[in-house]
Amino acid sequence: MHVYQEEERTPRIDKVALVAALHTILPADSVLHDQEDLTPYECDGLSAYRHLPLLVALPDSVEQVQQVLRVCYDNDVPVVARGAGTGLSGGALPHSQGVLLSLAKLTSILHIDPLNRTARLQPGVRNLAISQAAMPYGLYYAPDPSSQIACTIGGNVAENSGGVHCLKYGLTVHNIMQLKIVTIEGELLVIGSEALDTPGYDFLALMTGSEGMLGVIVEITVRLLPLPERAQVILAAFDNVEKAGSAVGAIIAAGIIPAGLEMMDKLAINAAEDFVHAGYPRDAEAILLCELDGTNEEVSEQVSRVCEILENCDITELRIARDEQERAVFWKGRKAAFPAIGRISPDYYCMDGTIPRKRLPEVLRHIRDLSVEYGLTVANVFHAGDGNLHPLILYDANHPGELAKTEEFGGKILQICVEVGGTITGEHGVGMEKINQMCVQFGPAELTQFHGVKRAFDAKGLLNPGKAVPTLHRCAEFGAMHVHKGRIAFPELERF
Amino acid sequence: MTDIAAQLKEQFDAAIADKRPLNIVGGNSKAFYGRMAVGDTLAVSAHRGIVNYEPTELVITARAGTPLVDIEQALAEHRQMLPFEPPHFGDTATLGGTIACGFSGPRRPYSGSARDFVLGSKIINGKGEVLRFGGEVIKNVAGYDVSRMMTGALGTLGMLLEVSLQVLPRAAFETTLVQQCSQKEALQRMNVWAATSLPLSATCHVDDGLYVRLSGAEAAVAASVKKIGGDRVDDDDEFWQDLREHRLPFFNGVDNLWRMTLPSAAPPLNLSGCQLIEWGGGQRWLASDDDAQAIRNSAIVIGGHATHYRGGQREGDVFQPLSQGLWRLHQNMKHAFDPQGILNPGRLYPGL
Ligand SMILES: Cc1cc2nc3c(=O)[nH]c(=O)nc-3n(C[C@H](O)[C@H](O)[C@H](O)COP(=O)(O)OP(=O)(O)OC[C@H]3O[C@@H](n4cnc5c(N)ncnc54)[C@H](O)[C@@H]3O)c2cc1C
Repeated sequence: MHVYQEEERTPRIDKVALVAALHTILPADSVLHDQEDLTPYECDGLSAYRHLPLLVALPDSVEQVQQVLRVCYDNDVPVVARGAGTGLSGGALPHSQGVLLSLAKLTSILHIDPLNRTARLQPGVRNLAISQAAMPYGLYYAPDPSSQIACTIGGNVAENSGGVHCLKYGLTVHNIMQLKIVTIEGELLVIGSEALDTPGYDFLALMTGSEGMLGVIVEITVRLLPLPERAQVILAAFDNVEKAGSAVGAIIAAGIIPAGLEMMDKLAINAAEDFVHAGYPRDAEAILLCELDGTNEEVSEQVSRVCEILENCDITELRIARDEQERAVFWKGRKAAFPAIGRISPDYYCMDGTIPRKRLPEVLRHIRDLSVEYGLTVANVFHAGDGNLHPLILYDANHPGELAKTEEFGGKILQICVEVGGTITGEHGVGMEKINQMCVQFGPAELTQFHGVKRAFDAKGLLNPGKAVPTLHRCAEFGAMHVHKGRIAFPELERF
Repeated sequence: MTDIAAQLKEQFDAAIADKRPLNIVGGNSKAFYGRMAVGDTLAVSAHRGIVNYEPTELVITARAGTPLVDIEQALAEHRQMLPFEPPHFGDTATLGGTIACGFSGPRRPYSGSARDFVLGSKIINGKGEVLRFGGEVIKNVAGYDVSRMMTGALGTLGMLLEVSLQVLPRAAFETTLVQQCSQKEALQRMNVWAATSLPLSATCHVDDGLYVRLSGAEAAVAASVKKIGGDRVDDDDEFWQDLREHRLPFFNGVDNLWRMTLPSAAPPLNLSGCQLIEWGGGQRWLASDDDAQAIRNSAIVIGGHATHYRGGQREGDVFQPLSQGLWRLHQNMKHAFDPQGILNPGRLYPGL
């Protein structure tokens, strides 16, 4: 069954009437409805799925967001929020009968409070812009997705985005304090606070990673951290991926939590090397990048301990970045890994499973076998410290059937992640892309509870309909071919 | 190690059938907390045991009735810890009760809160369904983050059967300094320090003494000691434990204990009674018989909130009342998990 399938909504929305209603709220150039204006919004970072929205609304104030949502609520119009559209799971894929609500005009950094170490932001502020604005105060915003020059803080909250520094500094959920959201009814709510906790249910955690399903985020207060006194990165090369995997375990077992711990396999190393000339050893089967940060003394001690550990891990090479410039070069190759792969293949498909780290060798072996079976090459980039795998499947969408084959291969990788005790998505979200795999990871009771959570916020089901949580019906269709943890999924539902 | 999930579920199903409310009890060490409990006691403490602990994966999974001391001991054997340093308030404290209350201790502002380290949970909701959310991996965004929402929900959304937590290595070295200064000066110092890369792991101001704990590599701690200055505190573990467990003299004989969480740099509160500041200024304990509304208002105006932690009218509001919009969402959420209102009804808010 193909993933991308939109539910039919009746009655169809009266586009002319909707445009007229929105024109009473927004200036004419903030409501897009001609095909050529809509095309740039037809997909997010997962370009394999495309769809034109009915129209695009571009509010530039919170009040306008509220008014737009009220109109949509009153007329039962689906709403899909969009930040920068860099999402990799089709979360911001438009609905053909709905409004695509772009937050791209809300780009103000409202306030930086250096003493409390917080920043209050509009949702369209780019991730990197936060750290840039905080730098004069010796502060920064820790979560740093590789897409940080483009992606928005609103999108980061909606996806609970991570980056290379998650193991030590946490994900988005650990670094935000307060949200202002607009509900589908158009009501403005404050969730969380400027204090370290808030009475009542932890809706701050619930909203984080909720993929635009529960409310539209219109303001975010993030926590800022002091810039570390020193950061140093070590590069270790291995002649075998499994050895690199064990080295990761050895570092953590020694009680060290690196600021970043990343792994790349040979194909990724060479693609990155061709692209940005980071000086990576081309003949290595895997490299590890291990960054240590903190006070000067802490880093000195940890660097020598990590080197000692690595030297006992059968490495083929060990380098310590001599200065800030070399550190940037070491990271450059890793940060450019995705576009580097993009240069060597017409298309690539990025997977995002997380696994318990000790299962890495067997998961990589499975992926290698599947790669042979499907005749598709895979490059592996890996947030090794926190077990988050990014296998990149190389394919060519112009070859008929190759995308479908790639999706099937990807689905199998995610299933393996679940089987070894992991998850189908570590940081990119379910969106449209992994909707079927949700049926592998969760049973009907959990999915039903998720729908209950959704209804608590959005009883009409207008926010990002059809994404993130599959219907039981859909799982029954998908599950006809699958067995969930040894038992057949959804035995109570009819098979098709 | 016993798994009584099946038994618990039976008791649950019976209660649901008769629409009988349940009062979920772990170690009963936090019976003082929250609003008055009503309903038939459902004892979870026999459902205990560590189900999975993988030191190199930095994850532990245990049944909700597992004594907190057992978990801490297992972790200590591998030089690891619960990074949120939870208070116990009694030898019988369980993992489930700790997470349901969402309690965190002195390390909280520097490492994270209880909910920050919750990775997964197995619960029974108010419909008697056994559900699993999250898992045992650090990064996981599949489905809504229900496990974190269970933290601090006081059992009103689901009864915890199992919890998976991220754990961290203990620091190689720890030391505590004390400096003499006023509350105002302490707040300034704590916030200025927190904006540097000093390896802070706890701060507290009480009786004109500002206590600061530093954790990390020995050389790093030594260098920071020089930077900060102050007298070393002997038996500092005992000091932080006594703070965490409310055994410092400050807490003795207090009738009305309020917990205020505030933006960390908020100035000292102008209220009668005594105040103890911790969490870098983010958490303040107030022993005061002032009017509840006045205390709550003084927190609200600076962006925080106040909980009547001990000694309040437990039929009334213990926690800060919610805005109308949020209250409606709370009711909807309760309904989604516990439509008949079986689970710890009223423990958090009246009608929830
Ligand atoms: C090259 C590349 C590298 C990447 N690297 C990483 C990485 O290292 N780590 C990582 O975690 N991700 C990574 N991503 C994925 C992506 O950048 C993140 O998911 C990012 O947070 C999306 O932000 P956005 O502003 O582009 O959101 P969009 O793609 O516009 O939207 C994402 C989702 O959030 C919802 N949404 C957006 N804004 C709001 C709002 N204001 N209110 C409510 N819902 C909203 C949308 O409906 C959608 O469901 C990468 C992507 C690319 C293309």
